[in-house]
Amino acid sequence: MHPAPSVILFTTLSGLGFGLLAFLGLGYPGVTGWVAFVFYAIAYGLAVGGLLASTFHLGRPERALKAFGQWRTSWLSREGICAVAALLVMGLYAIGAVFFENHWPVLGMIGAGLSLGTVFTTSMIYTQLKTIPRWNMPLTPVMFLSFSLAGGALLAGQESLATWLLLTAAAIQLAYWWQGDKAFAASGTTMASATGLGGAGATLRAFEPPHTGSNYLLREFVHVVGRKHAQKLRAIALVIGFILPVLLLVLPVESTLVKHLMAALAVVAHMGGVAVSRWLFFAQAEHVVGLYYGKR
Amino acid sequence: MTELPTTTTRKMGLVIDLDTCVGCHACVISCKGWNTENYGAPLSDQDAYGADPVGTFLNRVHSFEVQPVASPTQPNPAAQLIHFPKSCLHCEDAPCVTVCPTGASYKRVEDGIVLVNESDCIGCGLCAWSCPYGARELDLAAGVMKKCTLCVDRIYNENLPEVDRVPSCVRTCPAGARHFGDLGDPDSAVSQLVVERGGMDLMPEMGTKPVNKYLPPRPKDTLEDQVDILAPLLAPAIEDPGGFLGWLDKALDKLPGGNA
Ligand code: SF4
Ligand code: SF4
Ligand code: SF4
Repeated sequence: MHPAPSVILFTTLSGLGFGLLAFLGLGYPGVTGWVAFVFYAIAYGLAVGGLLASTFHLGRPERALKAFGQWRTSWLSREGICAVAALLVMGLYAIGAVFFENHWPVLGMIGAGLSLGTVFTTSMIYTQLKTIPRWNMPLTPVMFLSFSLAGGALLAGQESLATWLLLTAAAIQLAYWWQGDKAFAASGTTMASATGLGGAGATLRAFEPPHTGSNYLLREFVHVVGRKHAQKLRAIALVIGFILPVLLLVLPVESTLVKHLMAALAVVAHMGGVAVSRWLFFAQAEHVVGLYYGKR
Repeated sequence: MTELPTTTTRKMGLVIDLDTCVGCHACVISCKGWNTENYGAPLSDQDAYGADPVGTFLNRVHSFEVQPVASPTQPNPAAQLIHFPKSCLHCEDAPCVTVCPTGASYKRVEDGIVLVNESDCIGCGLCAWSCPYGARELDLAAGVMKKCTLCVDRIYNENLPEVDRVPSCVRTCPAGARHFGDLGDPDSAVSQLVVERGGMDLMPEMGTKPVNKYLPPRPKDTLEDQVDILAPLLAPAIEDPGGFLGWLDKALDKLPGGNA
């Protein structure tokens, strides 16, 4: 799949933003006043920024509002509704925290649930696609949620929790790669099933594409550029996204300033690592339509 | 709107004969022509005369090569080149419809045709992601999703002579490799054809239940040892002809360049 910057930004940023909102909704940290304002500003900046980025890949962004209508069948619709609901509920909760020095726990819990629900619905947009075996696995939503929780805990300053969540997310990431690498073969879809040609033992190959030039399908679904660096990029994603942040969190330091700087660095490294992982999530995903072109 | 109908009254679709398709791409062109001039946004091209031309097509013809395995009856089987036209298969369980967030994509109850309401489409592309067959393309100029309409603006069009009330690709195909009809009716000509020729689904494991069927190519005939059937007739009857023919042979040899 074509790794469009808009979708990578969207899933990375909004995943983190909604993760932070979930922690804030549950009262971690239970901040009020100006401190709360800063926390909510960061969370909303990430969540809303990510959502806005996602509209850049629309052919007709001016009609984006129409996307809320089909929640009965469409995960994209459900995601939109969940995101707006989460932002509204958490907005009310934030007003309580910032202006009234007050936490409304029921509202916070609903907001936290909706925030995680948004991450889940986002992941289901990809997971539902049988055409992309690497996404069509239960581990996909597990991975999205684990990243969001780890990043959220990190941003919320929940150091010991973040350490464990980061390690868990890293383990899930490894499992996702391990299973994903076998997914296409396991799906049973081959050029033979795509064309019904060949039969027992015969060799079947794509002889000629429909046109000498490229097309929308090849651009969107058959992205092979840079895949050869996949192993290196996986190592980079794992190290800067998870291992480095964990080290920065557990290293014992005296001064609070250094501690804050290291936490900030951990956040930046984690975001970078998640973005690399998301790039791979798209670039390595093979759509079955490539079989008609003899490509994957 | 994006909930699929549980059943449709009819299942209109195409039956594509992989045995007769000659790969001329006439259906590609006629489809592009009809659908650019009629219903919906035109099928645009970008950089049409430049170095890197691309464009939107609702029907494309691939070509595959099959090398059958050797068998006692066919120790050296010839490779087969199979031309493979592909357009929307108007699936019964169309994933492209259910993923659509706006309701722009829908399947009609009356005839099962899968269509896009272009004024509702936001161009998110998700339906194209969900289609296993690559039957949907986002038009770069219009920013909306384009797909085969089964020529819905022809098949019921009373302004056209009756013979033209079939999809443009079907009407155009010079080999008669594309057939149009109701695949929900077991007595229709297309359904009969499917039964007779063992019509098949593409990627049945995807669970899309395509309405369009493909007729497999027939096994190729064995090649005879003597390929050139005219050669025996051209072999000289007498090694050293005499008489008039002998004289003619020699005379022709003497002409410049006439060296037998
Ligand atoms: S072929 Fe593709 S576009 Fe057509 S109905 Fe099936 S899934 Fe949808
Ligand atoms: S591109 Fe248009 S038709 Fe396709 S899913 Fe998005 S809104 Fe629906
Ligand atoms: S039925 Fe019409 S729209 Fe569909 S491939 Fe044929 S010509 Fe194109």
